[in-house]
Amino acid sequence: MIERTPWLNLVTHAILFTGLFILVVPIYLVIVAASQTLPDVMAIPAKLLPGDQLLVNIRAAWEEAAFGTKFTNTMILPTGVVVGKIVIAALTAFGIVFFNHRLRMPIFWMVFITLMLPLEVRIVPTYAVAANALSPFQTILDVTGFSWLINAVSGIEVALEWNLLNSYTGLIMPLVATATGTFLYRQFFLTIPDELVEAAKMDGAGPLRFLWDILIPLSRTNMAALATIMFVVGWNQYLWPLLIITDPSYGVAAVELSRLVPNMNTTGGDIPNWHWAMAGTLIVMLPPVAVVIFMQRWFVRGLINTDK
Amino acid sequence: MADISIRDVRKSYGKDEVIHGVNLDIQTGEFVVILGPSGCGKSTLLRMIAGLEDITSGEITIAEKVVNHLEPRERGCAMVFQNYALYPHMTVADNIGYALKVAGMPTAERIEKVKQVASSVGLTEFLDRRPGVLSGGQRQRVAMARAIIREPEVFLFDEPLSNLDAKLRVQMRHEIRRIHNRVKATSVFVTHDQHEGMTLADRMVIMNKGTIDQVGTPEEVYNAPATTYVAGFIGSPAMNFLPGRVLASHAAVVLEEGSSLPIPSQAAQTMDGKLVQIGARPEALSLCRPGSGTLTATFEFYEELGSEGLHHLKIEDVQFSVLSENKMRLDEGTQIGVTIPQEALHIFDADTGRRIEISDPIHAIETA
Ligand SMILES: Nc1ncnc2c1ncn2[C@@H]1O[C@H](COP(=O)(O)OP(=O)(O)O)[C@@H](O)[C@H]1O
Ligand SMILES: [Mg+2]
Repeated sequence: MIERTPWLNLVTHAILFTGLFILVVPIYLVIVAASQTLPDVMAIPAKLLPGDQLLVNIRAAWEEAAFGTKFTNTMILPTGVVVGKIVIAALTAFGIVFFNHRLRMPIFWMVFITLMLPLEVRIVPTYAVAANALSPFQTILDVTGFSWLINAVSGIEVALEWNLLNSYTGLIMPLVATATGTFLYRQFFLTIPDELVEAAKMDGAGPLRFLWDILIPLSRTNMAALATIMFVVGWNQYLWPLLIITDPSYGVAAVELSRLVPNMNTTGGDIPNWHWAMAGTLIVMLPPVAVVIFMQRWFVRGLINTDK
Repeated sequence: MADISIRDVRKSYGKDEVIHGVNLDIQTGEFVVILGPSGCGKSTLLRMIAGLEDITSGEITIAEKVVNHLEPRERGCAMVFQNYALYPHMTVADNIGYALKVAGMPTAERIEKVKQVASSVGLTEFLDRRPGVLSGGQRQRVAMARAIIREPEVFLFDEPLSNLDAKLRVQMRHEIRRIHNRVKATSVFVTHDQHEGMTLADRMVIMNKGTIDQVGTPEEVYNAPATTYVAGFIGSPAMNFLPGRVLASHAAVVLEEGSSLPIPSQAAQTMDGKLVQIGARPEALSLCRPGSGTLTATFEFYEELGSEGLHHLKIEDVQFSVLSENKMRLDEGTQIGVTIPQEALHIFDADTGRRIEISDPIHAIETA
């Protein structure tokens, strides 16, 4: 029930503006700091009005952190995550919702469990797997005695190895394998009326044809929502790239940003270049903001599922 | 064109059997209506013919070919759904032509065909629109066109008109019959609306809780209902029923309240002492002065139907109605006579509910 009294209006708006304030002030401070000279940034009391150095600082930050190459790199990660996620999520949800087979519930629960085990929780085993993507199979072979058998029969030492450290594959794959997209798609697929499925069957469309001709076009808004979310998530990845990327040519922007943030290594004990760091932050924030603004219309429709 | 044969077909969902051994033969080019109240298994039966539902046991053949294990697309059936089931993201033209596209027909040929079919159902000007902006009747036409364009051997309809308003329903009903007369494909039409069934059908199949009670032309079903269930379901206002007992000594059925309805003595002889249900349609009865008719009733209330009046009466505790042009608005509780002509009598076995034929003067037959 929605009540409308002047008092309640006042309270709701107060809460709304408090939230807005909490959200906007840090961003404002970033803009202020990014547009001032270093002495101004360090001045006490703090100057709370923007200066005129914004473009200068942005250029300096861009060059300092070598964002030019890092940005292409960084685009590959979220793009890969978005594409991989959409494909896998759509296919998994398709299998779970539209086919009545014995593995349906086991698969559903396996996907569901990944919700409870985000990357941060399983980062050590995931790293171990990334270091050798075939190690789980090696373990299975060892434990079941197959390695020994093969070794005894053929004399070949079984040592499977596929290293994913310092590669785009290693960067992207663990981020693709999570349940959120599958659930979004499942929710959408469940709203497809049975009659539509049956009409397609009567028209002679097989499962793949149905997926391609009917489900995918119908789920465009869903796809946009998922793409937006996953792009932002992928773009903001910090911990995982930090862990598995040691080769700077694979470095991503969010991690590079930390090199601008002042510490003993970067400044050698000098005054930290806060104005550059803030300008760099602005640069790194821009692509996700642009994507969200651009996708907003479809994004919202995809989440509230009205376009049917 | 194809005939359909259904042999002892059963359907269970888990432990629940919902179709209990149905046998039905549908001739090539025939328009068969499956009629029954909601939940009696009409859709399930239709969907088994279409291939959308597994057949638990029994056999369905289309054009002499057993189709139990064929995919829907291999059965040569087209189906029109209750909620139209149009593809919301495709234009009307794409909706109509989708089956041909899947079948791999060249685009130019397909477009030509779509135009032709669309014009035959009056959709030409809507070809570029999406289903979402069409009215109910127009969507219904798209669904029809989508079925017609495949030139199927069999048309299946699952209550296709029940989402339309009354006037449009009648209009589309005529349209469907017109299309059938033109393309002459075997058609199976499921509905719970007896008027729809009566007006469309070559033959009607009356279903009752997963079994078929009667198969016959609309006249047969109306004039000689095979069970009390069919008798009560077909005809509006509904048939009157009165319990009674056959007495050979009176050559009549004697009702509980004492009055007797004469039947041929031969029939009375063979059924002496049998408990029966007497059925009489309201429109076959007439009112008269108390004491002068077949039986006497108490007047309850009157319902105006325009050309006729429906008189609600009570005989003992049983509701009874008489439809008559001779409108009588009487006070509640007034005594009034009812005349039941012998040819208007339907007699049913009180135990089995099956019809007992009495018009045959030689012997009374129980119709199977
Ligand atoms: N998928 C299903 N699972 C279980 N029971 C079903 C299913 N579909 C239909 N039924 C049951 O089968 C019976 C017949 O249903 P249906 O054929 O849809 O009836 P109708 O079309 O005559 O209204 C109903 O009692 C219904 O509850
Ligand atoms: Mg139904």
